[in-house]
Formats: sequence, C-alpha cells, structure tokens
Amino acid sequence: MSVNPELQGRVFPPVAPYLVGREKVREFSRAVFATNPINHDPEAARRAGYADVVAPPTFAVVVQEATLAQLLAEPDAGIDFSRVVHGDQRFSFSRPIVAGDELTATLTVASVKSLGGHSMVTAESRVVDAAGAHVVTATSTLVVRGDE
Amino acid sequence: MSIESTTPRLDDLVVGAVVAEAGFPLTRDSLVRYAGASGDFNPIHYRDDVAVSVGLPGVLAHGMLTMGLAVQPVVDWAGDPGRIVDYQVRFTRPVLVDPAAGAVVTVVAKVGAIDADAGIARIDLTVSFNEVTVLGKAQVRVRLADSPLSDA
Repeated sequence: MSVNPELQGRVFPPVAPYLVGREKVREFSRAVFATNPINHDPEAARRAGYADVVAPPTFAVVVQEATLAQLLAEPDAGIDFSRVVHGDQRFSFSRPIVAGDELTATLTVASVKSLGGHSMVTAESRVVDAAGAHVVTATSTLVVRGDE
Repeated sequence: MSIESTTPRLDDLVVGAVVAEAGFPLTRDSLVRYAGASGDFNPIHYRDDVAVSVGLPGVLAHGMLTMGLAVQPVVDWAGDPGRIVDYQVRFTRPVLVDPAAGAVVTVVAKVGAIDADAGIARIDLTVSFNEVTVLGKAQVRVRLADSPLSDA
C-alpha cells in the first residue's frame, strides 16, 4: 500500500476546540526543561504583558496532534502508521499560545511526494483562537517508508 | 537569574557568535514525563522490548522532546518564550537513552542571520548526542525588536 497522491491539497474538517489549561502548560514546560518564569508563574507572565502563563513553542504539537490523527485515520490515505517516521517539524507563530486560549486546528495536506520508494507527506495544521485569529501553523513532514 | 530578564539588542549581535550553550541530561523518567505531558505514548519511547522488536537498538527519546528542550537556551537568552516566532528542525538521528546511564543532549546556539528591518534574529542550533548532531537545519527566529508585548 502506498500513499494516495490525491491527498495533496485535501483540507480536513476542523478538530474540536482545545482549551489550554494553566497546569497543562506548566506540566509541558517541566517536561521540555522550560524554566522561564513566564512559562510557570502567572504574575511573571502578566508583568511581561500576557494574560496568563505562556506555553513553550513546541506545545503547539499537542494541539496539532488531533489533526495528524485525522490524517492517519483517513480511509483512502494509504498511510501505514507503523511505517511513518517524523522527518521535519516547524512552528510559525503569529503570537504565542497562552493559558486560557481556546484553539481550533485545521489540517491541509500541502504536498505528497515520492522519493526512492518512500513517500513524503507534508501536513500543515493552521491553529486559530476563539476569535478566529491565527495563532500558529504547525507543519510536519512525515516520511512513509515503502515496502522492503 | 532575575525574573525580569533583559532582552538582547539586535545591534549588539554578530553573525556566528555563540549566544547560549547548555547540556540536558535525559533519563527514562524524562521520557515518561514527556509522554504524559504531550500525549505521545508510542512504546518505543519507554519499552526496550518494543523498541528492539521494530529494529531499534533500544528506547529512543521522542524527537519532539529533543526539539522542545533544544530551544530552551534560546528562550532564556531572549528572556521571553513569546519572542520565538518560528522554529523548525529536521530529525536526522535518534537519541538512544540508556536505562541506567541515560543520555546527555547538548545544545549550542549561534547567531545565523540578522533581519534588522523585521527586528528578527535567526539563531541556528547545533544539537548533539554522543558528539554527533541529531537535528538538522535547526533554526529559531526570535523577535528582539518592535514587539507589541514588551517595552524592550
């Protein structure tokens, strides 16, 4: 089974909104060795101009994850999860994620390419806040190994 | 470190200069903690038998854990996680985490480019384990000027 080239350009329905909790931000911060007070202390975050604690940059992957699950579960995608390797990752921010944000992510398959028997799927998940304003776009390139 | 950090000034930066360096000792506990915090429960990150069964030499750190910690020296240098406007990496080699000895991931952050008009510095990361790099094209774009959220 190989990756369906017709996936390219497909836009998935938005996933259910993700409410960013303060304790989740702190928990994630500890897990990635983030020690900046703005990640942990609401007062420090307010002094820096934020409404609440600020999530580390890679926290966006937690919001993105549900969209990648959608892609992998797509019946005609032809993506065998056991053959998937994470190739590249990028986060492009309009503003940082802050506790209290209600975020909604929508995945678009930017490209499907074949390379030496492998497929490379680039998925862009656009994340907006409750007002619909862009927060971050999380882009993953998944390498799907071909049959050995 | 004081709570109110001073933001580096773009004018003071020199391309190629090291702005931050750090070492991160990882243990299996670190991987379990990241699994819980991120929701990534792929067992190759905590079970040797599963890792070996899929042809790996042993349990590996999550690539996203390596990416997540590697940016932290830049966050501390910039003084505010909200100054990171773009961050990208390529996952090139795994970080094997020994059950007893763990693994140490080292990060060196250098100025890669300066965009004075945009007020943004590109910081390039060299992220290594056992003296070899594990991330490729690891670049962080940091807004150092004209941030509406700061009085710097």
